[in-house]
Amino acid sequence: MIPNLKTDQKLKRFYMNRRQKTLLTIVVAAIILLCVVVGGALLDQDQIATNLTERNLAPSLQHLFGTDWLGRDMFNRTIMGLSLSMGVGLIGAIGSTSIALILGMAAATMGKMADRLISWLIDLFLSVPHLVTLILIAFTLGGGFKGIVIGLAVTHWPSLARVIRAEVMQIRSAEYVQISRQMGKSRWWIATHHIFPHLIPQLLIGFMLMFPHVILHEAAVTFLGLGLSPHEPAIGIILSESMKYLSSGMWWLAFFPGLCLLMIVRMFETVGGNLRLLIDPVRANEK
Amino acid sequence: MSVLEVKDLLISFNQYTSGLKQQQLNVISNLTITLEKGEILAVVGASGSGKSLLAHAILGILPSNANVSGTLRYDGEVLTPAKQASLRGSEIALIPQSVNYLDPLMRVGNQVRTSARVENPVTAQRKVFERLHLHENVEKMYPFQLSGGMARRTLLSTAIVSGAKVIIADEPTPGLDPVVIKEAMESFRELADSGCAVMLITHDIVSALSIADKIAVFYAGTTVEIAPVENFAGDGEALRHPYSKALWRALPQNDFIPIPGAQPHPGDLPPGCLFAPRCPLATPECDRGQPEMRTLRDGMVRCIHAT
Amino acid sequence: MRKNAGVKIGSFILMKCIRMLTLLFAICLISFLLIKNSPIDPVQAYIGADMLKVGPEQRERIAEYWGLDQPVIVQFLNWGSALLKGDLGTSMIFRRPVSEIIGERFVNSVVLMLTAWVLSGVIGFVMGVVSAMKKDTWIDRIIKLYCYTLASTPTFWMGLLMLIVFAVWLGWFPIGLGVPAGVLAEDVTIADRLQHLILPALTLSVLGVANVALHTREKLIDVLASDYVMFARARGEKGFLLFWRHGLRNIALPAITLQFAAFSELFGGAVLAEQVFSYPGLGQATVEAGLRGDVPLLLGLVLFSTIFVFAGNLIADIIYYVVDPRTRESRTI
Repeated sequence: MIPNLKTDQKLKRFYMNRRQKTLLTIVVAAIILLCVVVGGALLDQDQIATNLTERNLAPSLQHLFGTDWLGRDMFNRTIMGLSLSMGVGLIGAIGSTSIALILGMAAATMGKMADRLISWLIDLFLSVPHLVTLILIAFTLGGGFKGIVIGLAVTHWPSLARVIRAEVMQIRSAEYVQISRQMGKSRWWIATHHIFPHLIPQLLIGFMLMFPHVILHEAAVTFLGLGLSPHEPAIGIILSESMKYLSSGMWWLAFFPGLCLLMIVRMFETVGGNLRLLIDPVRANEK
Repeated sequence: MSVLEVKDLLISFNQYTSGLKQQQLNVISNLTITLEKGEILAVVGASGSGKSLLAHAILGILPSNANVSGTLRYDGEVLTPAKQASLRGSEIALIPQSVNYLDPLMRVGNQVRTSARVENPVTAQRKVFERLHLHENVEKMYPFQLSGGMARRTLLSTAIVSGAKVIIADEPTPGLDPVVIKEAMESFRELADSGCAVMLITHDIVSALSIADKIAVFYAGTTVEIAPVENFAGDGEALRHPYSKALWRALPQNDFIPIPGAQPHPGDLPPGCLFAPRCPLATPECDRGQPEMRTLRDGMVRCIHAT
Repeated sequence: MRKNAGVKIGSFILMKCIRMLTLLFAICLISFLLIKNSPIDPVQAYIGADMLKVGPEQRERIAEYWGLDQPVIVQFLNWGSALLKGDLGTSMIFRRPVSEIIGERFVNSVVLMLTAWVLSGVIGFVMGVVSAMKKDTWIDRIIKLYCYTLASTPTFWMGLLMLIVFAVWLGWFPIGLGVPAGVLAEDVTIADRLQHLILPALTLSVLGVANVALHTREKLIDVLASDYVMFARARGEKGFLLFWRHGLRNIALPAITLQFAAFSELFGGAVLAEQVFSYPGLGQATVEAGLRGDVPLLLGLVLFSTIFVFAGNLIADIIYYVVDPRTRESRTI
């Protein structure tokens, strides 16, 4: 007998295969996100009102994440911050995905010159560190909501644009598209009937993978003081404020908000990564 | 006694079917063959029917997601994974399909030397290169610089230099011109004549017939017939299995009659005889479980109707 | 033949540099235009808190001094021609030449970035190799979990955690500044500098390993599943020897080039780490310049970071070009 025969075959039945796991992660992620978004929307300024009698409290059952130097509940602040960060991230990522889609399609369909120009443009954006570009744009637009959203949108598209360009090129050379063309279908018809439907999975995954980065960059720029204004309850603001109180030992001011940000980012990365593996024909059948 | 014995080999993989379910694909099933010293056994079957996996299973180098069962014996001893590991490269050598099986970043001379089990690998490698008419500057080349014929001879030299007793050649001929094929085939004959057992896995039945002693006909992951090479003659009346006959008669130099239908997909195998759906002799009995391999005349066959 | 190869690689580098120059020119122009359109008034930024004491006349004189009263294109040409002479202008907040500040800050930053770069590269590579060789074992799971988690960790938060643990709780390190406050520059010892360097460098290294490790793991798993490794195993090679002969050879080059191509992220990470630890490097200068509207300094830093990133990419390209036999020998034979 060849003992190579997997003896743990039975054990494996208790594990889920990747599709089931992905589905479960997506469901869990969706529930958590929904909670954060709904929570952020329901909470208003009253919930994080100054309460000088409860200042600088360490985490307890009453205040899960503790309170800050003005007696505001850190849990509520964190939820509001996350919901704001995700909102900003969402707009930024949608903007960036749209730019990637337009430029990627243009590079693949509008001839050699457009292709060269766009690849030069991609190089241009990749040759300056992301964070420096963000600082430059935030500076130009005078910081604030507009600055950060535009900054995020114009810095995250290059890699997705490349993916889309390659994908469109591949679809265009496919036989069925060639046949449609010979049958006299218009460019627009081919674009909407053949090319766009095939791009949807790529776009979705590109978006899912881009989104966490956008959130992280938003938090980073806001943390540096060049993003959202200090009056907004953003995660970056919370963390940069917490720095002043670190030396007095108030670790919870920085620990929990950052941890929550990490978890949200991680969740999106997992979902995006799993989705990508599922549509990758080479690796789709692995456990 | 046979050097290598494969009995009831089964290789399967898991694959997603639809939605969230996984299905087991039997790529090779019920495969039984034996290999004798000084003999060339050609395993012949259509491309893409999982023949290479047979070679990998014998060497114990299947990918980790493959499930294997069955019995393998080398010199009468059961092959365990540990035993396989110790025999690989020293007793059993593989000649792979293409230049992709050479490390792209290592000079080919060095790669050939790594398989030598003698004291002075460099001279051993040079001797083999000379014997195979490989120019001495080939050893300094990288795989991407080799021509098809050079690559083929380099791969062959890895097996010769190892001094292995069993040589498994996996599709050694595709993409080569007839002269190189002839040369390769002759070198296999030479190896066999010097006492090696050679297993030639190929879809090129014509080249195989020119040098092999026995032919194993491979269909849908199993052997349907093992016949001495002389049986492949005339209209194939000496052959035992209807598929072998059809395969023989489908050759351009014979009747050139194609076999209707296609090989079944590993996920969708017929319940009984694997060839039944395409077989002219099929009866309802054929669907009642796969026939056993049985000895018939001086060969073996897997068909209840064969006489 | 050899000479020919030398010429080829020369022209390869030249082409890269020409492309770089076009990009650099575009970046100059774009950033200049962007900054000129900023709502932040450079004169006000220059004067700062003394705003009330300065009359409109004086303001005009300052604007004239900086050339701010001329059309934007003229300003750009002035700045550009000064730039070509190596003059990046004078920083408004530090009141010193920009090139001097960048040079000084670069020394600080380069120590930090180099430490982090080497540490994260080496440790990440080893982690990736171990993880791939032991694929699907507990050690692989731990390394994967670590890397995936760290890849989504905000750099500045990791910095804050380091501060909380090592500076506040354990008290091993000072809370900020590249050198101790209130000590003259010449009295600062190497030990002092080292003490202030450790935490930011550690932060960047801890986060930096994730990328290299995951990339190396993927690559090595691909290599181990490749036809040539299968054939090597068929020839009886196994374990460490197999990795040494075929694995390392095929993954080292991509890992090294990846590490060089990651200069952009390294710079971004340094900006955040320097800010958290008040480390006086380029990153902190960039943030300061952005916050306080120091136009010449910000422009200088944008250009410098671009050249920095380009240098990394160029080195990566050259290594590939020179080391990989598939590009090297196809030209010489």
